[in-house]
Amino acid sequence: MELSSLLTRRRVGMAAAASTAGRLLRLGAVRAEGHCRRLRRAGLERGFLQPTSAGKDAAQKRHVAHFTFQPDRESQEHGQTQKMNLFQAVTSALDNSLAKDPTAVIFGEDVAFGGVFRCTVGLRDKYGKDRVFNTPLCEQGIVGFGIGIAVTGATAIAEIQFADYIFPAFDQIVNEAAKYRYRSGDLFNCGSLTIRSPWGCVGHGGLYHSQCPEAFFAHCPGIKVVIPRSPFQAKGLLLSCIEDKNPCIFFEPKILYRAAVEQVPVEPYTIPLSQAEVIQEGSDITLVAWGTQVHVIREVALMAREKLGVSCEIIDLRTIIPWDVDTVCKSVIKTGRLLISHEAPLTGGFASEISSTVQEECFLNLEAPISRVCGYDTPFPHIFEPFYIPDKWKCYDALRKMINY
Amino acid sequence: MDRQGQIINPSEDPHLPQEKVLKFYRSMTLLNTMDRILYESQRQGRISFYMTNYGEEGTHVGSAAALDSTDLVFGQYREAGVLMYRDYPLELFMAQCYGNMSDPGKGRQMPVHYGCKERHFVTISSPLATQIPQAVGAAYAAKRANANRIVICYFGEGAASEGDAHAGFNFAATLECPIIFFCRNNGYAISTPTYEQYRGDGIAARGPGYGIMSIRVDGNDVFAVYNATKEARRRAVAENQPFLIEAMTYRIGHHSTSDDSSAYRSVDEVNYWDKQDHPISRLRHYLVSHGWWDEDQEKTWRKQSRKMVMEAFAQAERKLKPNPNLLFSDVYQEMPAQLRKQQESLAQHLQTYGEHYPLDHFDK
Repeated sequence: MELSSLLTRRRVGMAAAASTAGRLLRLGAVRAEGHCRRLRRAGLERGFLQPTSAGKDAAQKRHVAHFTFQPDRESQEHGQTQKMNLFQAVTSALDNSLAKDPTAVIFGEDVAFGGVFRCTVGLRDKYGKDRVFNTPLCEQGIVGFGIGIAVTGATAIAEIQFADYIFPAFDQIVNEAAKYRYRSGDLFNCGSLTIRSPWGCVGHGGLYHSQCPEAFFAHCPGIKVVIPRSPFQAKGLLLSCIEDKNPCIFFEPKILYRAAVEQVPVEPYTIPLSQAEVIQEGSDITLVAWGTQVHVIREVALMAREKLGVSCEIIDLRTIIPWDVDTVCKSVIKTGRLLISHEAPLTGGFASEISSTVQEECFLNLEAPISRVCGYDTPFPHIFEPFYIPDKWKCYDALRKMINY
Repeated sequence: MDRQGQIINPSEDPHLPQEKVLKFYRSMTLLNTMDRILYESQRQGRISFYMTNYGEEGTHVGSAAALDSTDLVFGQYREAGVLMYRDYPLELFMAQCYGNMSDPGKGRQMPVHYGCKERHFVTISSPLATQIPQAVGAAYAAKRANANRIVICYFGEGAASEGDAHAGFNFAATLECPIIFFCRNNGYAISTPTYEQYRGDGIAARGPGYGIMSIRVDGNDVFAVYNATKEARRRAVAENQPFLIEAMTYRIGHHSTSDDSSAYRSVDEVNYWDKQDHPISRLRHYLVSHGWWDEDQEKTWRKQSRKMVMEAFAQAERKLKPNPNLLFSDVYQEMPAQLRKQQESLAQHLQTYGEHYPLDHFDK
């Protein structure tokens, strides 16, 4: 890492460069591997903070995740693969982009040292400080600035540190980015803008580190909203977003950054936008989700088969808008039942759009009302998270009721 | 005072009585002790998250001491010393961090998001700078209420880059609000140093652009902070106008337990501030040179304060979490019918599936 030239008189020159960000960064924020963490640090005073048994149990219970990441089978089509977690897959996609496209730049808060989730580690060293750089702390500025880069035709990859903080940029996204091409009669556009942002529950994020705001943006024609379920999906979908000729928002499930590991191609590849994926075929009921929740419903499908003998068809929506109506409807026509699940609150959540469209298109095929298993209509609570999230038990219970309808 | 606790300019000595200065010292050190213990508790998985205040205790206590106890405080998240000075009990700091059933905030927020109505400390929210225009509105209302009350609004030099800061400053000036804007310039916004945050002369230099009287102080000199805040308060009330104080300090700790700052700054730099220019050390030198403190008292106080913190800590850890019904209340003042239905559906769900939930840790 380069030495900062700290010019104010109160700063002492930095004696040594910090070692590579990757080695030393500890990410307490993402802690959902489902195992007990190392509970003692070397050098802790003897007798300091003796754990009570209640404390230990509480710690263990707290860190059991509500899902198990299911890697997909290794892809053979894209050349050599490497084991990567989700943040490494993102880094790989960004690396590929900057290598290929000399106009591409990455910017946002704290991206220079590697990012609070390590997604940009090594990129500044590799591509230079004019291409990977920190901005001042200002989301409306980050997006507005990104739009401007894109208007000139250069590729802008903006990071919003948490999706919970995207709202200052809402005006720039909705009123500007989404409408640029339309309002100018296609004279101008900002299609080469991609906004990336960590998204979704993480076990302890509370109101402002857990949100899933895709529904706010679903209501905005002109932008694309994409959410991956895995490292392999993340890299391919992110590369598609970057290449797509429309402004895209790419939400990255933060709970998967370290928890999701699989083989990911080293070379660039794309996964089409606006194409949902049937990741498991079935005959009795269609389950639709995106991001982390795909892994929850995968487990629900297993439970349904074992306990109820029910065959589930699982769809990962992947692109929220424009969404793949055909794949979902084709599935519901086959199964006759639809359950949609997302962490975001029920009212006005994206499941309502899917439900509404499906009942229009597939009314006579439906054997039961469409079910939505979602977060409650409250802000995202901290200590109550285990009760708030649409976990596998709630999904299973809803499924059971649908089958028995 | 200088780094050895000697008053530089006698005419600026606030001549505070011994009891008051001892309260400064005890507040800052108690905060420091609490920080150490709660930081460690996060590393051990007992609480989910924590932010320390290392190095900035002088900014909190110096400013808090200069206010009236009813002055309304809007903070960002690194101002726990203000609450500490206002005698917020350790039990409640811990309750919020543990999200237990004694938490006045009802367990809804991540640790360090304190709030206290009785002590006029508005509940912290994570988004940065959102408190700034809010504080201005509160100040305007206080002006109209003629209550001899001001509002103080704390934020870091990073948050000052947000659009909300611009809005807040401009509104405060044009609407003539009795508010103190208190910027903790601690050198970093997570990994972003000030050189990448702004290119002008810090935050104080922005004030005059809005028509706001501004001053820059040594944030690690608790008396300087006290003096500036005291004078700003006096004038804000008398003249109904905003004041901007930029307190230069240094964030000795990591941004939070989710950060390892050795990734972007040298340990030498951190040690320099810790050893050479720490608000607690400077005040201790002052106390000792006045004969108001000594080694024995230091030893005794360290033991005592640790004991107090450990006791509060143990108690907080033993307590149950709040009843899960509190997940649903306070969304609105009255609970909408649809939400009540959702609450009932959770209750029903738990009847069948309760074994899969950590109900033992929650109040019935």
